[in-house]
Amino acid sequence: MQLIKSDINIDFLGKRKIAFVFSAILIIASITGLIVNKGPNYGIDFAGGALIQVKFTQDVSTAKLRDSLSGLNFKDLSVQDFGEPQAHEFLIRTASIDTVGSGLSQSVSSAILQGTGLTPEIRRMEMVGPQVGDDLKKQALLAIFYSLLFITIYISGRFELKWILSGVTAGALMAAVYFLSVFNVSMPILITGALVVSLILFWRLRLKFAMGALIALIHDVFITVGIFCILNLDFSLPIIAALLTIIGYSLNDTIIVFDRIRENIKGETAKVAFPEIFNKSINQTLSRTILTSVTTLIVLLSLFFLGGEIIHNFAFAMIVGVLIGTYSSIFVASPIVLAVSVKGQKK
Amino acid sequence: MKLFSVKRVLILGVIITAVVCLLPTFTNTWPHKKINLGLDLQGGMHLVLEVQNIKAVEAELERTADELKKELRKAGITHLGITRQENNTILARLPDQDAEKAFKEIVSKDFSNISVAASSEKGDFIGFHLKLPDDETDMIMKMATEQALETIRNRIDEFGVSEPDIRIQGDKRILIQLPGINDPDRAKDLIGKTAQLTFQLVDENAGIDAALKGSVPVGSEILYENRTDPATGNTTKIPHVIKKQVLLDGSLLVDARVEFDQFQQPQVGIEFNRKGAHIFDRITGENIKKRLAIVLDNTVYSAPVIQDRIAGGKAVITGNFTMNEAKDLAIALRAGSLPAPVNIIEERTVGPTLGADSIRTGMISMLVGGVLILIFMVIYFKGAGLIANLALLINIILIGGGLAAFQATLTLPGIAGIILTIGMAVDANVLIFERIREELRWGKTPLAAVNAGFDRAALTILDANVTTLIAAIVLFQFGTGPVKGFAVTLALGIVASLFTALILSRSLFDLVLQKKTASTLSI
Repeated sequence: MQLIKSDINIDFLGKRKIAFVFSAILIIASITGLIVNKGPNYGIDFAGGALIQVKFTQDVSTAKLRDSLSGLNFKDLSVQDFGEPQAHEFLIRTASIDTVGSGLSQSVSSAILQGTGLTPEIRRMEMVGPQVGDDLKKQALLAIFYSLLFITIYISGRFELKWILSGVTAGALMAAVYFLSVFNVSMPILITGALVVSLILFWRLRLKFAMGALIALIHDVFITVGIFCILNLDFSLPIIAALLTIIGYSLNDTIIVFDRIRENIKGETAKVAFPEIFNKSINQTLSRTILTSVTTLIVLLSLFFLGGEIIHNFAFAMIVGVLIGTYSSIFVASPIVLAVSVKGQKK
Repeated sequence: MKLFSVKRVLILGVIITAVVCLLPTFTNTWPHKKINLGLDLQGGMHLVLEVQNIKAVEAELERTADELKKELRKAGITHLGITRQENNTILARLPDQDAEKAFKEIVSKDFSNISVAASSEKGDFIGFHLKLPDDETDMIMKMATEQALETIRNRIDEFGVSEPDIRIQGDKRILIQLPGINDPDRAKDLIGKTAQLTFQLVDENAGIDAALKGSVPVGSEILYENRTDPATGNTTKIPHVIKKQVLLDGSLLVDARVEFDQFQQPQVGIEFNRKGAHIFDRITGENIKKRLAIVLDNTVYSAPVIQDRIAGGKAVITGNFTMNEAKDLAIALRAGSLPAPVNIIEERTVGPTLGADSIRTGMISMLVGGVLILIFMVIYFKGAGLIANLALLINIILIGGGLAAFQATLTLPGIAGIILTIGMAVDANVLIFERIREELRWGKTPLAAVNAGFDRAALTILDANVTTLIAAIVLFQFGTGPVKGFAVTLALGIVASLFTALILSRSLFDLVLQKKTASTLSI
C-alpha cells in the first residue's frame, strides 16, 4: 500500500510565500496570546501554590464546593471539574500554601464536609512553595537552553561537517552567555540572547543547514507555547518535557529532509538549480515524513483520549508539536536553507 | 550463510537478557529486581523540607551569651547586658575600661569560637559586637541539616514506612519520598515536628493580665496552652507567663512511650538518663510549691505545681492526646528533636487509587496505540510490516528490561515516553522500508535493495535519533521525579529502537531473503 505515490512531485518551495504568511499568522497570534495573557500561564509547578484533587461518590456542583471552601479565605481559589463527567472529580487550586504541616488537606476536607455533608476522597495533593517554583522555573529554562545549545552544536557540526566551526560557534555561544550572565539578566533574555548569537554566527559562517534547523526549532516551540497561551492551558513540568521532546522530534524530521538534500546535491551534476533539488528531496522523503507523523499521532491521540486527565495536556502539547514540527521541516527549514544558499551562490 | 552467525547469537543474547530482567516484575523470579514504580503510580508522598538552619546559629549564639553571663558572674565582673542581636552577633555592654579588660581576657581564654567584630563607646557604656567566624557559622548550618536528616530518618523508621528515600538536596533542603503511605497528614506532622521539649518555671510574680497588655517581665515570655473542652470539643488558648530560662530539655531523654492515666487517656511517659534525672531531682527539690511548665515547641502542655522532690527522672506529658498523637509524640521524642525548625516547601501526594487509575489508563492507551500501529504497519508494508512489528514488540521488551536492569523508576510521564517510543520507533523502519522501495523501483534485486536501503538509511537514522537523545539526556539532568522518568524511558526507547531497526530488522531481512532465493520482496 502507498498513500504517497512514488512519482509525486509537489512544488513545495513554490508555495513558500503562502507558508510564510501562514507561519507569520501563527507567530503573531502566539505573540498576541502571550501579551494578552501577560506571559505564559504558569501552573503551580512554576508559580507556586497548592492543588488538591478530590473525588466524591455522588454528584456535587462546583458552585456548592466553591461556597463551602469560601470560608477558608484561600487566595485565588479555583474549583473545576476534572476528568470524565460521571467521575465526580474536582480540582481545587489556590495560591495559598501551607508550609508547616497537615493543615491544608485537612481543612479542605472538613470545610467540604461541613458545606456539602460529603466526605471527599483526597486523591492528589500538590503544594509548591514560591521558592521551589522559582527554582523549577529556572531549571526548566536551563534545560531548554542547554538542549538548544547542544543541538545547535550538533547540527552545525554534523550538517556542514565543519566540526571546527561548530566548536567556534559553541565557544562564542558560551562566551556570549557568560557575558550576559555577568550582568545577571533573567533567563528568558539569556536564552533569547543565545539564540540571536547562534543565528548571527550561522549567518556569518554560512552554516545554512544549521540556521534553517534552528529557525524551524524556534518556530515550533514558540508556536506551541503560543497555542498553550491562547487556549489558557497551564505550563507544568511535563509540558516542559513535551517541549524538549518536540525540539528533538522536529529536528528529527528536519534532519531527514536535509540529509536527502545534501545527498542529492552531491549526486547531481552541477547544472540543476537548487530549488529543484530541494523540491525533489522533500518529495522523496515526503512519504516517510507523513508516515512517521501519522504513527506518532496515532499513539499520541490514543494517549490524549485514553491516558487520563493527568497526562492530557502533555499529550496535547505533543500533538501540536508534531503537527507544527512536520509542517516546519517542509515549509520553514528548507526554504530558509534555500534562501541562504541562493544568496551564497550569487556572491 | 549459517542459521546461527555470531551476530544472531548476540542479538538473541540481548533479547533473552531483557526478558530475564523483565520477568521478575510479573513473576517474582530471579534476579528479583522489579521495575520501580514512581510515587505517581503507586501512591505516596514526596516532600521537600527546608531546614531553617539559621535558627541553629541563633540557638548557638543564645547559648554562648548565657555562658558568657555565667562566666562574668563567676569572675565578679558587672555588665549592662549581653544579648543576641538580629544580625547574628552578640552585643555585650560593659560599664568601664576595667570591665572591658577583664571581659576581653575571658573571651580570649574560654570562648575561642567567637571573636570581637567591633567595639564602640557610646556615652555611658562600652559596646562589643561578638560574632561567630563564618566557617563556624557554615559548619553549624551544615551540621543542622545533617542532624535534621538523621532525626527524620529515625522518626520515619520508627513510624514504619517501607523503602523510604531521604536525602539532602543542596545546602538546607531535605528530600523525602515515602511510597505507599496511608496517612500522609500524620506522617507530615511527625516529620515536621521540631519536638523541642523543655521544662521551664512559671513566672509566679507576673500577672497574666498585665503581661497580655504588654508588660512582660524581663526574662519571661508568654506561651500558650491549647486546652480542649471534653464536652464541646472546642479548643481554647490559655496564656501562661513562663520564665525563659530552660531548666532541663529533651536532649537528656532516654525513653518516651505511650502510657495511660486513670481515665484511660493516652499520655506520654518520659524517662531521663542519669544526668537528666539528677537535674530533674534538683529542680523539683528547689522549686516545691512552684509551677513547672512542660513546653513542647513553644506550646505549654501542662504546668503542674511541684508537690514534692521527684527522684528517678520520670515524668509524664499530658494534653488530651489521641492515641496516634501520643504515639507520634513518643516517636519524635525518642528520635530526638530537630536542631532547627523545618518548613515544608514542596509536597506532592498521590493517593493509591489515583495511582492505580493512572497505571490502568496508561496501560490502556499504550495497548490501543500499540495495536493500531501494528495493524497500520502490516497494512502499509505487508510482509516487511510484520518484521517491523516484531521489532516493535522486542523494542518494548528491551525498554522494560532496561528499566528493571538499571532499577530506573517508571512514572506516568514515563509510560507516555514508552507510548511515544512506540510511535517513533517505527520511524526507523519506515525510513529503511521507504528507501528499500525506492531502490527496488530503480530496478535493484531485493537483496541489493535491502542492503542499499539499510546502508543509506543508517546514518540518517543515527543523526535523527541523536537529537532526541540529546533532549532526553538534558531532561534527565534537569528534571525531577516524574519528568526524569519520562527522560529515562525516552532515552531507553531511542537506544532500543536503534538496536531493533539497524541490527535486528536487518538480520530478519537477511533471514527471510536467504531462505527463499527471493526475487520478490513483500514490502
